[in-house]
Amino acid sequence: MKYLSEFRDPEVVEHYLEELHKVATRPWTIMEICGGQTHSLVKNGLLNLLPKQITMVHGPGCPVCVTPLNLIDKAVYLAEEKGVILCSFGDMIRVPGSSRSLLEAKANGADVRILYSPLEAVKIAQEQPERQVVFFAVGFETTAPANALSVLHARRLGLTNYSILASHVLVPPAMEAVINDGEAQIQGFLAAGHVCTIMGLEEYEPIVQRYHIPMVVTGFEPVDLLQGILMTVKQLENGEAKLENQYSRVVKANGNPEARKVIEQVFEVSDREWRGIGNIPLSGWEVKASLAEFDANRKFSISIAKASECADCIAGQVLKGIKKPFECSQFGKGCTPITPLGAPMVSSEGACAAYYHFAEADAV
Amino acid sequence: MSKTNVSTPFNLTPMCLAIPGKIKSIEFQYDGTVRMAKVLFGGITKEASLEMVPDAKEGDYVLVHVGVAISIVDEEEARKTFEYLEEIGEIDELVESSQLDRPNPL
Repeated sequence: MKYLSEFRDPEVVEHYLEELHKVATRPWTIMEICGGQTHSLVKNGLLNLLPKQITMVHGPGCPVCVTPLNLIDKAVYLAEEKGVILCSFGDMIRVPGSSRSLLEAKANGADVRILYSPLEAVKIAQEQPERQVVFFAVGFETTAPANALSVLHARRLGLTNYSILASHVLVPPAMEAVINDGEAQIQGFLAAGHVCTIMGLEEYEPIVQRYHIPMVVTGFEPVDLLQGILMTVKQLENGEAKLENQYSRVVKANGNPEARKVIEQVFEVSDREWRGIGNIPLSGWEVKASLAEFDANRKFSISIAKASECADCIAGQVLKGIKKPFECSQFGKGCTPITPLGAPMVSSEGACAAYYHFAEADAV
Repeated sequence: MSKTNVSTPFNLTPMCLAIPGKIKSIEFQYDGTVRMAKVLFGGITKEASLEMVPDAKEGDYVLVHVGVAISIVDEEEARKTFEYLEEIGEIDELVESSQLDRPNPL
């Protein structure tokens, strides 16, 4: 197939950059919502190549970063006190809880496993019927179909030893929270390509209209990002506010209806606490009451006191695009990927980790 | 602060990343109820569920996220990103040539 590596072609990148330099005449602030896009922008050095009029601010789209501290403590409790096989994605395992991370719990002897897919957790539950298996299911809309599918697989297999600890968050309410917060002064959005792969475009049109803000659904390769930024800047320069789709090779207007059917079978919309941001109404999904036996929260009736966050960490302001990671007093000093104080330094989608690993010192 | 010489044992692939791969073969698993594929990513083969992409067939490129294929990559649409650039180039040329034709205002 053509058009895979072409999205990283330096010559095409250069053409897009030239065009951006021609088009951008005034200062514009654009937020990329997704942490994967932040990662790609920083890793590929694109932030240094953009015209100086364009400021990219990094959004809250890092699922690991916004998973509440209390939920991590619950996962640690399940692994240590209830003796479950606690499975999750690699990033989630390393985020510090109030006393320790899941990785530290594993070092202390708890059965914590890093998996690539929630479907693997169902296989573990099938193979070890005498053990309870819990998948710590974090993610945005992109990951919800896989997590929901694991529940449906477990139900079809008649498993009684599988459940998920769900921390599912939704992009549109977070976008509105960032706009209404106002401090970051966002003028345009790159919407998250893979979230829209599932959800489609429909739910973004009202936001574009209500706030008269340009939005371009964008992919993750260097050429994708530059085209997305170019399309956004063109709208801004022309005083337009439209919803456009740069990532049409993957994102269809109606998203993926099969995936949404699976989500609807398992999850229902709920209020959700976002770490560093606070409670956002109707901004998450939780397991439906009718599937309570697959919901680790209900199954194990866990009650853990809320712990306070690390006072030195400014993760909340970083997630809302108000501050850059290097504005934190602890960045690269008290807080590194090996000894993180906050989640954005842990996750590869976190802005702090991206800057730490890839940004040049002179650029920060 | 140096980043290039930081050796990190951790996987730096973002979780939300979905990677395009080519479907090598398709088989039914879970007692014949679930369509699963072997998907080629460069030199690596991984298994992915095709439940969300019922139309996917052998040879298609699918976008796989945490073990589940979520979209079939559309080559025709991919071409548009490169045509977009050509269109801009053509427009620029048009503008430039029209400026050449324009009578000198002085």
